[in-house]
Amino acid sequence: MSKIEIKNVYKIFGDQPSKVLPMVQEGATKEEILEKTGHTVGLDNVSLSIEEGETFVCMGLSGSGKSTLIRHINRLIDPTSGVVSVEGTNVMDLDQKKLIEFRRHKMSMVFQRFGLFPHKTVLENVGYGLEVQGQKPDERNKTAMEKIEAVGLTGFEHQYPNQLSGGMQQRVGLARALATNTDIMLMDEAFSALDPLIRSDMQKQLIDLQSELKKTIVFITHDLDESLRLGDHIGILNGGRLVQVGTPIEIIMNPADDYVEAFVKDVNRAKVIKAKIIMSPVSSSNGVDKTNLVKVQEDQFLDEFLPKVVCSNANCEVVDKNGNVKGYITQKELSKALTKEHMANAKKSK
Amino acid sequence: MGKYKKHILYSLYLVAFVAMVVVAYTSSKYRPESVSVLFTDFSWLGNWPKWLDLPLMPFLNEGFDKLIKEYGMFFEGINNFLLGLYTQMKNFMVGLPWPLLMISVIALCYFVSGRNMGTTIMVAFCVFFLGFLSPRYWDKCIMTTCIVVIGMLLCLIIGIPVGIMMARNKKVRNAILPVLDLMQTIPSFCYLIPGILLFGLGAVPAIFAIFVYAVPPLIRLTDLGIRLVDKEVIEAAEAFGANKKQKLWGVQLPLALPNIMQGVNQCTMMSLAMVVIASMIGTRGIGDEVLLGLQQLNVGMATEAGIAIVLLAIIFDRITQSYGEKIQERTHHKKNIKL
Repeated sequence: MSKIEIKNVYKIFGDQPSKVLPMVQEGATKEEILEKTGHTVGLDNVSLSIEEGETFVCMGLSGSGKSTLIRHINRLIDPTSGVVSVEGTNVMDLDQKKLIEFRRHKMSMVFQRFGLFPHKTVLENVGYGLEVQGQKPDERNKTAMEKIEAVGLTGFEHQYPNQLSGGMQQRVGLARALATNTDIMLMDEAFSALDPLIRSDMQKQLIDLQSELKKTIVFITHDLDESLRLGDHIGILNGGRLVQVGTPIEIIMNPADDYVEAFVKDVNRAKVIKAKIIMSPVSSSNGVDKTNLVKVQEDQFLDEFLPKVVCSNANCEVVDKNGNVKGYITQKELSKALTKEHMANAKKSK
Repeated sequence: MGKYKKHILYSLYLVAFVAMVVVAYTSSKYRPESVSVLFTDFSWLGNWPKWLDLPLMPFLNEGFDKLIKEYGMFFEGINNFLLGLYTQMKNFMVGLPWPLLMISVIALCYFVSGRNMGTTIMVAFCVFFLGFLSPRYWDKCIMTTCIVVIGMLLCLIIGIPVGIMMARNKKVRNAILPVLDLMQTIPSFCYLIPGILLFGLGAVPAIFAIFVYAVPPLIRLTDLGIRLVDKEVIEAAEAFGANKKQKLWGVQLPLALPNIMQGVNQCTMMSLAMVVIASMIGTRGIGDEVLLGLQQLNVGMATEAGIAIVLLAIIFDRITQSYGEKIQERTHHKKNIKL
């Protein structure tokens, strides 16, 4: 069973959403609905499932409904129709009391503009989730200190949020989400308000933390590079509709429609494609010139070995962790993988 | 459904209006012998016809009489309680030697303002000048202060919870806003005089008048302050599973405090304004010095008392204002920034 299941969820904002729902279900677009009824379609028949321990990135431009989607998971927003279930429990079945318990113990959230409490110190902010659970100050401060250390903010615990820089504030947000030690973490454009250097720093920190903690993370972003870097799976939203779900490679290699294609057009492929994706297996490598070979790991990204290969004008021998040869990559295959034609061809052959 | 609701509402308004016209017509002494006359003789279209007169006045009079007769005990109870409180407080403060009282006010200001010397010195001067202007003023200022403080407490006890309810529920807000408008625009004598009928002469109708006049800004600013708290911060509290109580006490009220304190300050100033007007219904205090001066055409006396009122206002304003600033510093941590 998936950790989080979202089935046929519709969300319509306005005075009488239930009245507009049939129109949306019949396939009217967002613009038509807005023009005819004045209602805004937030989500239009979204279904997806998120497995335990993976990072699921939900991507789309602003107004595509991604922030709405993430708020359905902890029911900050109620769906107009459809089912959202977490670990098999339908969140709509929870009454007020159970919902509060559910939010306290099942998931935590990181916000775009940090959502820190300005009147609490860093320590109090990080311990907030435990405070509302009713933990004693000593106990929660201990946990909070651990998490502050984990995000590298030791020494700042008695400062107030507005005394910190943006990046540090978001670290507090991250530590606060980690402190309750929930399985699921919801991150709503968590790094979008940060400048590029700090953002990439935070991404690395998240990847490191995730490799230890193995949480189920739902990450919202409008930045494709970020989603490719963090996501095990990526879902792309457009106008409230989920247009494609897949691994980063699937999204890049086979964009489902023009919208996704426009998104991935300018991606630096070398940074996303791993050697094993484009290699031809040993069995079909008869024609490969094996006199001049560069050895590469199967999990390496192209940009890591590309300069070496180009300089020595060699072909690549792809090996796994144990040194067994898995396949070969010729210069021709490399150039194909790095140009757009490759994508077009892949599409045709499909 | 929603569209229907609107139509139903409109037709209800129409029915109510027609009913009012019918009541006005049937209860009027001046109505023509029969309705049909209206359709033959159109002279009633010239001037406003005498029969088109809603009998609101007798209705209100009846209601007010009934209120006094049937709930007299209730008002008497309130009267006795507030009067007792006022008398106790006044007697205590009047009984204190004046230097001691002066020192306590200055000490209060010193600690409440977070040991701000400037504010404290200013307040000390004002307190001294109250008696310095005229020895009679000292006790009268105490009376005025007691009335203002009790009125303020009443405002706080009722105003802040009402403000919180308004911020939480849109329907409550829609219901209360017109009442607040009414309280703020109705001329003060419209409730000062009935206040005498309900509570008798003296301090209590003044407290009642203070409440009516000074509570609206406090309610409005409490409501506004809570609603202005950053939505994402509230969302964060909810996402971590804060219940309503935790959200209110842990997040909303602390962050709304600067606005609420502004409301308290407004409330004090308006109380002081009202307590002077209330001297016209026999409330003792510094206000009756102004009244006396004007009655005797003694402009100097009226002005002197007027200055005393201003000094009193400054004392109240400085103390509440500086307390607000101190709280703001504590919750928002913008030290060295004067707000």
